[in-house]
Amino acid sequence: MSGFDINVHYVSRVEGHGNIVVKVEDNQVKEMRWEIPEAPRFFEAMVRGKHYSDVVFIISRICGICGIGHTFAAIQALEKALGFEPSEQTLLLRKLLLHGETMQSHTLHFGYLALPDFFGAPNIIPLAQSHREQVLAIIRLHRLANELCDLIGGRTTHPITTVVGGWTRLPTEGELKELRRRLTEAIADVKAVVKLFASLEMPAFQRETEYIALKKPDEYAFYDGEIASTDDQRTTPLPWYKEKIHEFIVPYSTAKRARSNRESYMVGALARFNINYAKLMPLGQEAAELMGLKPICYNSFMNNIAQVVEVAHAIEDSIRIIDTLLARGLKEEKVEIKPRSGRGVGGVEVPRGLLIHDYTLDEQGRVVDSNMIIPTNQNHQNIEEDLKAYLPHLLGRSKEDITLGLEMLVRAYDPCISCSTHFLKVEWK
Amino acid sequence: MKPKVAIFEFGCCEGCQLQIPNLEEKLLELLEHIELVSWREGSSAHSEGPYDITFVEGSITREEEKDRLRQIREKSRILIALGACAHIGGVNAIKNSMDQEEVRRYVYGDKAEWFPSIPAMPLSAVVPVDYVVPGCPIDKEEFLEITKALLMGKTPVLPNYPVCVECKRAENICVYEKGLVCLGPITRAGCNARCPTFGNRCIGCRGLIDNPSINAHKEVMARYGLCAEDIINKYRMFWGYAEVIK
Repeated sequence: MSGFDINVHYVSRVEGHGNIVVKVEDNQVKEMRWEIPEAPRFFEAMVRGKHYSDVVFIISRICGICGIGHTFAAIQALEKALGFEPSEQTLLLRKLLLHGETMQSHTLHFGYLALPDFFGAPNIIPLAQSHREQVLAIIRLHRLANELCDLIGGRTTHPITTVVGGWTRLPTEGELKELRRRLTEAIADVKAVVKLFASLEMPAFQRETEYIALKKPDEYAFYDGEIASTDDQRTTPLPWYKEKIHEFIVPYSTAKRARSNRESYMVGALARFNINYAKLMPLGQEAAELMGLKPICYNSFMNNIAQVVEVAHAIEDSIRIIDTLLARGLKEEKVEIKPRSGRGVGGVEVPRGLLIHDYTLDEQGRVVDSNMIIPTNQNHQNIEEDLKAYLPHLLGRSKEDITLGLEMLVRAYDPCISCSTHFLKVEWK
Repeated sequence: MKPKVAIFEFGCCEGCQLQIPNLEEKLLELLEHIELVSWREGSSAHSEGPYDITFVEGSITREEEKDRLRQIREKSRILIALGACAHIGGVNAIKNSMDQEEVRRYVYGDKAEWFPSIPAMPLSAVVPVDYVVPGCPIDKEEFLEITKALLMGKTPVLPNYPVCVECKRAENICVYEKGLVCLGPITRAGCNARCPTFGNRCIGCRGLIDNPSINAHKEVMARYGLCAEDIINKYRMFWGYAEVIK
C-alpha cells in the first residue's frame, strides 16, 4: 500500500471533537493535519461587564472535566486584581480539591479512555469482564476522587463552594478524617493500577520537544508557581506569560495554537513530570520507577504513565494536606473584599497542563478585559508535529492499524477540545 | 432486545455526559439493560442508528448544526435534552444579548469570518424534544431515574415548584438572610437545593418554573441592593434565550 487517505472524523474517547487528516502518496506523507471543528463558545467575550462574583460561575462552565482548575485560575487572577491574599487554610483546601480533580480526570483518562486501546477493545466495558479486579480498582479510585470533590467542592463538575476570598462551606474534621481513611485504603488500588500499567507495552516513539509547566521551589507545582521550560535556565513569573507563550491560529481549526522556544511544546502530566519529578511524593517516585518512567522522557505516549504517577503522588499529598489541616484545626474565616480596579493573572496546573486566566476589573469589580491560555491549545501544534513524526513509523501496516496508532497518539495527550475552542482570542498585528 | 441508546453533543463542555461514568458501578448495572451503540466520548464503537433513546447535550450555535440535529431527531424514537445547554441554551446564550459581530471580533480579530456563529439556542428551537434532564451539570441520580422510568415505559415528570421548597425542606438558612441574592424562588426544583445547601446561591441552571413571578422577584433583588444591570446579568447567566426575561 503505497498511497492512501485517512480521514478520522471525530476521534473517539477524547473530550470534544477533533479530526485527523492524512494523505500518503508513493509512501510519502503529503498531508497531515490535526483539525478542530468544535463549536466556539466565546467565553472571553461573554464575561465582560460581569461582576467578579459571577465570573467564577460562568468560567467553570468552560470545561466539564477541569471546571475546578478553571475556577481556581479565575479566583487566583481575580484575588490578585482585587488585592486580596487568601489564608493558609484556604490555600491548603484549594490544593486538596485540585488533587481531587487531577485524580478524577487522570483516572477517567488512563482508565476509561486510553486503557481499552492496549487490549484492542472499543471501550472499557469488555475489560470489566476480562480484567475485573483492575477495572474495579480504577472505578474505586475514580469514585474516591469524585467523593473528595463532592465533599470539599460541593461537586466535581462545576464546583459550588469555591469563591473569591475562600469557601462557602468548610468540611468538618470528622469528614476530613473519614476522607483520610479512604485515601489510605486507596493506596492498594493505585499500586494495582501501577502494576497493570507497568505490564503494558507503550509504543516506542521519541521526538525531542520543549516541555512547559509551573514550578515552585518547595513542591510539585499544581495550584500556583512560575512558568518553567525545559529549554530555559530561568522561570518566568505569571504576569509576563505573553513573553513566554506565543499564540497563533490556523484556518482549519477553531482552536488556537501556541509555541515558545521551538515550533511547538507540550504541557500536561509528562511536562510536569519532566520538570518537577524531584519533588514527587515517595509513592509517586516509586510508581514512576516501577513503570520505567525517567526524566527527561520524550515519548508522548508516556503521558498516560505520567498521569498514573501523578495520581499516586496526589493520593499521598492529599493525606499530608489533611494531616496539616487537622493539626491546625479548621476555622470559619471572615473575609472582606472591596471592589477596586486592577489586573490579575492566575495560573494553575490542571490535569491537561498549564492554564492561565487574566482579568482586568473596573472600580465596581466588573470585568473589562479578559484572556485565557488553555492547556490543549498549547498542545495542538505539538500533537500535529508528533503525528507527522510518528506516521512514517507506521507505514507498511494496514490502514486500520495506522489509524489506530494515530488515534492512540492523540488520545495520549488527553486533549480537552471543548476547553480549547472556548478561548480563541487572537491579537492580529 | 435491549433498547439502543446514543449520546451526541453540540456546543457544550461535555460535563453532563461525564456524569455517566461518574455513576461508577451503577453504570455497569445500567449497561445490563441498555445497549450503548454510539457515544464518541466513551467508546470507539459507532452506530448510524436508528436509536430508541438519544441523549443530546449542548446548544445549537452554528447554522449547519441544525441539519445534524434534524438527522439525529429522525433516527431517534425518543430524544432527550441533556443538561442546561440543550434544555434552555445555558451559558452559551450569554452572548445572545451582545453584538454578535463584536463578540466574534473580540475573540477572532479580523479573521472573524472564518468562524461563523449564531445566537445560541436550545434543541427545542430546532426539533421536538421529548424529555429533559435539566441542570448544569445534570444530577447523575436524576439522569438514572429518568432513564429507568423510560425503560419501564413510564413518563418522567419534573417538579414544577421552585428550588426554595427543597431548600426549606433541607432546613437551610435562606440565602437572602446571608446577604446573597438567589434565583431559587423562580428556578425549577429537583436538585435538592444543592448550591444553597453547600452555602452558595442558586444561579438558575435548571431553568424557570412554568409560571415564574419575575416582577416580584426583581423587586426582591432590587430591595437587596442590586441595580437593573446586575439583576439582568444574573438572569442571563442561564436564561439568555428565555423570552420571559428579555
